[in-house]
Amino acid sequence: MLRISPEEVAETLLMVQQQHLDIRTVTLGIAIGECSADTVEEMSRRVYDRVALAAQRLVPVCEAIEREYGIPIRNKRISVTPVASVAGRCACADLTPVAQAMDRAAAVAGVDFIGGFSALVHKGVGRGDDALIRSIPAALASTERVCSSVNVATTRAGINMDAVARMARTILDTAELTAHADSIGCAKLVVFANMVEDNPFMAGAVHGAGEPDVVVNVGISGPGVVRAVVAALPDDADLTAVAEAIKATSFKITRAGELVAREAARRLGVAMGIVDLSLAPTPAEGDSVADILEAMGVERCGAPGTTTALALLNDAVKKGGAMGTSSIGGLSGAFIPVSEDAGMVRAVNDGALTLDKLEAMMAVCSVGLDMVAIPGDTCAETIAGIISDACAIGVINNKTTAARLIPASGKKAGDQVSWGGLLGAAPVMDVSAWGSARLIRRGGRVPAPLGSLRN
Amino acid sequence: MKTRAVLSVLGEDRVGIVAEIATALAGHGVNIEDIRQTILSGIFSMTMLVTIDEDAHPFEDVQARLSEVARHIGMQVTLQREDVFRYMHRI
Repeated sequence: MLRISPEEVAETLLMVQQQHLDIRTVTLGIAIGECSADTVEEMSRRVYDRVALAAQRLVPVCEAIEREYGIPIRNKRISVTPVASVAGRCACADLTPVAQAMDRAAAVAGVDFIGGFSALVHKGVGRGDDALIRSIPAALASTERVCSSVNVATTRAGINMDAVARMARTILDTAELTAHADSIGCAKLVVFANMVEDNPFMAGAVHGAGEPDVVVNVGISGPGVVRAVVAALPDDADLTAVAEAIKATSFKITRAGELVAREAARRLGVAMGIVDLSLAPTPAEGDSVADILEAMGVERCGAPGTTTALALLNDAVKKGGAMGTSSIGGLSGAFIPVSEDAGMVRAVNDGALTLDKLEAMMAVCSVGLDMVAIPGDTCAETIAGIISDACAIGVINNKTTAARLIPASGKKAGDQVSWGGLLGAAPVMDVSAWGSARLIRRGGRVPAPLGSLRN
Repeated sequence: MKTRAVLSVLGEDRVGIVAEIATALAGHGVNIEDIRQTILSGIFSMTMLVTIDEDAHPFEDVQARLSEVARHIGMQVTLQREDVFRYMHRI
């Protein structure tokens, strides 16, 4: 007796073959604390050996799971302990060789990105942090697969505005050093408030201090599936019905993620970490979060009502997903990266979506100002102002927010930039002509907010 | 190790589909537990629940054999471990 109906089998096949259902990433988190050394050369060697060995079976195991279960695993990735926290012993101020060692290890393992060239500086900049931030532009310019992230704020500590200003300058330096490729280095650099320890998604993946030695974290996908379900509802279906439909779909997508996470962990002989319930778009037509919002009823993503639709979507995905796994973690919220989502790109080109609207949307979903190209001549203080606004929303609302801004060298608002692959292409967005230099130059720290009096 | 899997076959109806699939499965020691089949507007759709003896015939060997059959009969043939459907469609 078939315990599964032919209709259910057909539904799953349709999701995979026509609606882009896939597992967005299986990310192997690897602790590299043991790689600390007195010289950067020795540390680099240890990092390479550690990562290459721990990850050697990742890709073959994931490929076998894909074949046997019939669900594509789009990306296999690696995250490591924030390098700055391991680098304190090195007297050397340039940690670029460590990034290059990570890059080589990622290439040998066959993964497209490795995250963890990172630092947490929300309360202050230590020796390792200082060396790491100084090394970011050269590290990202001289590697292909390495991703970098820096946490500059938390709800418990407030916002380190000196670090914000420094990261703005670092972003500009990275843009300049990778100017030949539309400043692609900045597409691999994210500035966080309330960074999480188990995020499987790039560019912000790190292997946190509270994690076991090696762990499998899985990021689900499925904007195409959710869009198809919403689009199939009658025009007069009310928003409660829309939320119900999204919840039911999210459950199924999450279960696929849970199964892959358990199976990958079992076959690799490592701990299963978390399933990240983020709806992650890709540049492929139809695999778009903006398309879901438009299927719900806004004429273009960015129109009034967009924040409402996104809030409903984000919440319904979590509610359905929470039934699907008891290991929710990572960022777990819809992503709104501009260049990686064809619907978002269309909305910017049509003048419907602006930086200001993205900032509002960030308040109700995951991260925020993500993969946003801005004019190459944007000054450091303005970039710092944009980052600090993102941080303020995260810190006050007790959620993760981030900025991945790409000041595209030599480009102005309306020009196109293209990074290819999953990073996509996007129009350069306009930024406010009004400055914030006096605020940014004050530096110091925005104190941690009060936990009560919530309005 | 006995593994339960779901085999789905989809494409234009023609003579001998079930025979070819069943012969390939028998050749790899795969037991057919259940079959559901429909033809809608000339499109043949079949779902089978099968058990594979992975000690004798690894999952990927069975998949490879079915890919050959799929090419030969010009249909889409998918073999997936049963867990994926149980996970996605049952609480």
